[in-house]
Amino acid sequence: MATLFHTIARHRVAAALLFLLVFPLLMPYDALAVNILVFGLYAVGFNLLFGYTGLLSFGHAAFLGVGGYVTGMTIVHAGLPWPLAVLAGVACAALVGVMIGFLAIRSRGIYFSMVTLALGQIVYYAFYKAERWTGGENGLRGVRVEPTTLAGLRIDFTNPTTKYYVILVFVVAALWLVSRILASPFGAVMEAIRENDRRAAACGYDVARSKLLVFVLSAGLCGLAGGLRAVHLSVVPIDSLHYLTSGQAVMMCLLGGMGTFFGPFVGAAVFLYLEDVVTNLTSHWMAVVGVIFMLFVLFFPRGIWGTLLHELRRRLREPQPAAAAAVGERMDAAAAPEVRP
Amino acid sequence: MSDIILEARDVGMRFGRFQALSKINASFRERELCAIIGPNGAGKSTFFNILSGALAPTTGRVLFRGEDVTALPQHAYARLGIAKSFQITNVFKQLSAHENVRVAVQMRTARFDFLRARSALPGVADQAQALLERVGLGPVARRTAADLAHGQQRALEIAMALACDPQLLLLDEPTAGMSPEETTVMMDLIARLAGERTVILVEHKMKLVMGICRRLIVLHHGELLAEGTPEDIRGNDEVRRVYLGQG
Repeated sequence: MATLFHTIARHRVAAALLFLLVFPLLMPYDALAVNILVFGLYAVGFNLLFGYTGLLSFGHAAFLGVGGYVTGMTIVHAGLPWPLAVLAGVACAALVGVMIGFLAIRSRGIYFSMVTLALGQIVYYAFYKAERWTGGENGLRGVRVEPTTLAGLRIDFTNPTTKYYVILVFVVAALWLVSRILASPFGAVMEAIRENDRRAAACGYDVARSKLLVFVLSAGLCGLAGGLRAVHLSVVPIDSLHYLTSGQAVMMCLLGGMGTFFGPFVGAAVFLYLEDVVTNLTSHWMAVVGVIFMLFVLFFPRGIWGTLLHELRRRLREPQPAAAAAVGERMDAAAAPEVRP
Repeated sequence: MSDIILEARDVGMRFGRFQALSKINASFRERELCAIIGPNGAGKSTFFNILSGALAPTTGRVLFRGEDVTALPQHAYARLGIAKSFQITNVFKQLSAHENVRVAVQMRTARFDFLRARSALPGVADQAQALLERVGLGPVARRTAADLAHGQQRALEIAMALACDPQLLLLDEPTAGMSPEETTVMMDLIARLAGERTVILVEHKMKLVMGICRRLIVLHHGELLAEGTPEDIRGNDEVRRVYLGQG
């Protein structure tokens, strides 16, 4: 048991790949599985900033949206092949990440969250108003993904199963990158900043620049999720920039377990699956999901995956790593003003 | 080369209408162990925060080996070789003791490296372990910092400060909140560290530093009241008056 646990922990990307390969079989239909892939990646990108660096952004929809819109616009208006369009989306999301991050990291705690929220709204309105390019309220329609042949394989997005596995390639590559980042020296710096940024600065780390780097990495990953969503849906809905979408990233992270590798993905899966099931029963699905979310925050603050991991480690008498502290505690710490002697 | 490592020139600090420090001039020599003492509210911590780069003074300058470091950001200090410990214990609580020191050691080689593996950094983990053993925390290296005793957390902070191999070590009340036994251990450690680098110590309890410091600086009401050997200070009437009563 302990060996199995260690093997999975050491090869977490391979484990994710194996699971995601059979994942569509567990889902009622493939489009939901693709949705979970995309939002799982979105939540993982967000978690880099929130769970590992301790910065709560309320504006991450901006990156999902910019990634999506730029992918969509380069396909619709410039006729770019979709993989290049997705790359362009990632690049632009990262660029917007530089701008928003540059302004937001000047403040801490709740003020940081408010600045990201405000800047995210600016991005929303910019795209909302640029109707000629973005389709405004109706979203950007006609993001067509022509069937292509790559190395003898026919890639046709009208087949949902094919679409799932193509998008899976991107998502697993991104998960691999995140895993590398977390295991890198810089990953250690991120955790140090989350634990105590004044001490990190006293140790010689440029906290502002480090935060900015995480912010941009996180924005790029969320941009990738947005780009993949655009080619998945063949439209870019305006709600991908809405602040409610930013809130979804927070909910998915907390539901699954912030500061854990798989947690956000689990959170995204549970969130979207619940949405799918509950929408069939009542149109007030948010009320139901909201109650479930609150119960989790109150009674399982480590989230679904975080609680599982914690229990497993306790049984195996493994040391508990820097698991996310209770959410309330972390937010209190983040909101506390800097102590000036 | 002059043997002055750190110098404060006309350093003054004003918080709103409150003058916390006024025109302090002081210099510290290479490899000396010097204590800054004074009663509560004397401006010791303010002075410490200015020397260690956490606060920028409203007037005056701080020179490190002749270079003006007054306006440098906090993180630049550690890279110059100026390390500090905080008055209130400041460690990475949810990380293991070893990881606390390892991150601090890693600063010298990898700050923005996000594609290599942590374990690929040569020697960093071993150096961290060596530092932990130096401050007596070898046996508890794998424990989470938050689970360590108060005295151990203070020692952990010293190990983290030593990680950048500082030429100048600034310690703000390193024995604050410690038991008498822990205090003795800590003072021994500080005396040993002073042999190889400059140590500046801020301390509230005068008795504690009399034994190990060659030189003391006494602050009172934000001004430099006296400076000299423990004997000088002990014999100084003004210091005695300040410490014994009317403040």
